[in-house]
Amino acid sequence: MQAIQNIISLADLKTGESGTINNLKAGRNINARLSTLGFTPGVLIFMTHNYGHGPIVVTVRDTRIALGRGEAQMIFVSRERE
Amino acid sequence: MNLYREFRQKSELNGVSQRSLTIALAGQPNMGKSTIFNLLTGLNQHVGNWPGKTVEKKEGDYQHNHHSIHLIDLPGTYSLSANSPEEIISRNYILQEKPDLVVAVVSAANLERSLYLVSELIVLETPLMIVLNMIDVAEQEGIKVNAKILEAAIGVPVIPMIASRASGVRELLDYIDKFIQGELEFQPNLPQISTDHQHVKELIDQLIDGFIPEFYPKNWTSMKLLEGDVEIYDILKTVLPLERWETIDEILKKHEDAGLAIASGRYEWIERNVRAAVDRPKLGQVGLTDRLDRFATHPVGGLIILAVILGLTFWVTFTIGTPIQEWMDSKILLPLGILAESMIIDAPPWVVSLVVDGVFGGMGAVITFLPIIIIFFAAFGFLEDVGYMARAAYVMDNFMHWMGLHGKSFLPLFLGFGCNVPAVMGTRVIESWPARILTILLAPFVPCSARMAVLAFIAPAFFGNYAVLVSWGMILSSLAVLLLLGVVLNKIFFKGERTAFIMELPLYHIPNWRSAILLIWQRSLSFLKHAGTIILMMSIVVWALSEFPGGDLETSYLAQIGNFFTPVGNWMGLDWKLTVALISSFMAKENAIATLGVLFGRTEELGLVQTLSMTYTPAVGLAFMVVSLLFIPCAATVAVIKKETGSWRWTFVNIGLMLIVSIAAASTVYAIASAVGL
Repeated sequence: MQAIQNIISLADLKTGESGTINNLKAGRNINARLSTLGFTPGVLIFMTHNYGHGPIVVTVRDTRIALGRGEAQMIFVSRERE
Repeated sequence: MNLYREFRQKSELNGVSQRSLTIALAGQPNMGKSTIFNLLTGLNQHVGNWPGKTVEKKEGDYQHNHHSIHLIDLPGTYSLSANSPEEIISRNYILQEKPDLVVAVVSAANLERSLYLVSELIVLETPLMIVLNMIDVAEQEGIKVNAKILEAAIGVPVIPMIASRASGVRELLDYIDKFIQGELEFQPNLPQISTDHQHVKELIDQLIDGFIPEFYPKNWTSMKLLEGDVEIYDILKTVLPLERWETIDEILKKHEDAGLAIASGRYEWIERNVRAAVDRPKLGQVGLTDRLDRFATHPVGGLIILAVILGLTFWVTFTIGTPIQEWMDSKILLPLGILAESMIIDAPPWVVSLVVDGVFGGMGAVITFLPIIIIFFAAFGFLEDVGYMARAAYVMDNFMHWMGLHGKSFLPLFLGFGCNVPAVMGTRVIESWPARILTILLAPFVPCSARMAVLAFIAPAFFGNYAVLVSWGMILSSLAVLLLLGVVLNKIFFKGERTAFIMELPLYHIPNWRSAILLIWQRSLSFLKHAGTIILMMSIVVWALSEFPGGDLETSYLAQIGNFFTPVGNWMGLDWKLTVALISSFMAKENAIATLGVLFGRTEELGLVQTLSMTYTPAVGLAFMVVSLLFIPCAATVAVIKKETGSWRWTFVNIGLMLIVSIAAASTVYAIASAVGL
């Protein structure tokens, strides 16, 4: 396993792909809510559903969380490749 | 307050076993906390509100081995930060009221996430116990958690449980007993702040020393300040001398990223503690939840599933509920009315009329709706407990965006089909205030079961075989009105503001029946209380207005009121009787039928349905249905709108909005229907 260090937004991760959270840039309040739910830098995140439009579902720390596309665009990840 | 604390401190010296014990139940949402609360307290519970807040407060008592225990169910919260009123209530309760013990419920199926709250609770001074719930759900997802190893790692008791099957409750009670006897040892392993923020925290510790308000531990206060906690920030700003505060404020500005670092630190603590205790699933294993969600959250398939589930919910509600309602009407209410009449046959005629027409005709008819409402709430509660409703919110998110809302607003609106009162209260799940207000304004436009019953009663009178079709058309049109208004209101009042959509999709699981039945029981009870007070009162008022002054309906006060508003009613083709029926629906929507029953019942020998179809044209019938569906919210709904918004202004905006929309829509429908010759 080798991580390629180009940073993309979570919204650009495709269904079935995973990534590592690099940073949250959603503003103080939303950052606080997200980090409480387990979105912290370094954590592995799995894209459960991303249909290219509308909200997405990710799995982070065994929890499925639905996110608006706008929120997903403010979470930055590095994509994991096999 | 101080006396009370002194008393408590003294009694602590005598050992806790001498008095009643207070235990607070804490946990994140979807952990099965309510089920555990219900298992422990049964019917011995009280539901109210936290003082000054629109947050539900549940308290209950139970006895075990001669100890009487008072249980407080804290609101379900993900953390103890000041993000929401629930979180502030939970932490202030623990810090200020100092319960003897906090029992934190976590889920084995999302252990790391659910331990986040524990990482915040454990640093408070109150003793802590952990209930490790949902072991069965975890196994269904291929996850195994060893409670003993977890207990050793965190240093507080961990009790495994499957609350939905009531397994593990005895063990919890035994642990609490041991706690009372002082046989438990607590050596909590506390999370530490990361070294790069250690010196900053120490600096703040020194600066706030001596100024910290009562109840707040110093360590905790400085940590919350660094995290960016709004409530603590505001409190310290007022109590600290200006100079010190400015120094602190500068430090905080320099370390704005500390919040994220502290959260990360807590998760590192969690990861260390669970590492040895958790057996991870094999890679690539797909659990039940993911298999179901492939369909339930699909943008097209998910909508079809939602439509089918909603259709089934209505179908079950009305196929089971309607015969029961009719049976109650003919086999219970009617004989009871006759019995009552025969018992008071010697009383003055107006008393007989009060009992027969007023009480039985009015309130009685309303109580027969109870089965329909109970079945609808049972179905909704089941879908929610199973974990499906979050998926419904998710697939509806796109549509809700048209109104500037997001998926979470769908849930209270859907609840509105049963009754608008819980729908307005249900808007509490929406975090953003503008989105919540908008959802509240829209909720009364959802046709509740009472209005659908009015529809189901009136439609056959005018449209015979097409009644079902007409009723569905009406309901869909009123939902279209809701959507249109949502789009417009969002543009006018809220300037298209967007709110964050962040929602957990809980794992699917089988709910606990006992807990579910208890919930239905509570809801039915509150409906009966409502029927027994507001609706009974209104039935009597309508009766009195129709009886006085002369005992003749045509010259009664009611006819006078109706006549006064008839000019407006005439726009919609309504005469004074229909106008009065409409006005009386303000007290409770079902009253429209009850009032018509009172108004026509005494002058005609035929059934009410036939009388209506002979008296009015279909155009009038149509207009009456339209205005009934969209008319101002019932009194109970107005009361909760005032309570939840805390503002008369929004309440009157809501009433005015519905008044204008309903009269305009019905007038238009009447004009068109008359023009085409209906």
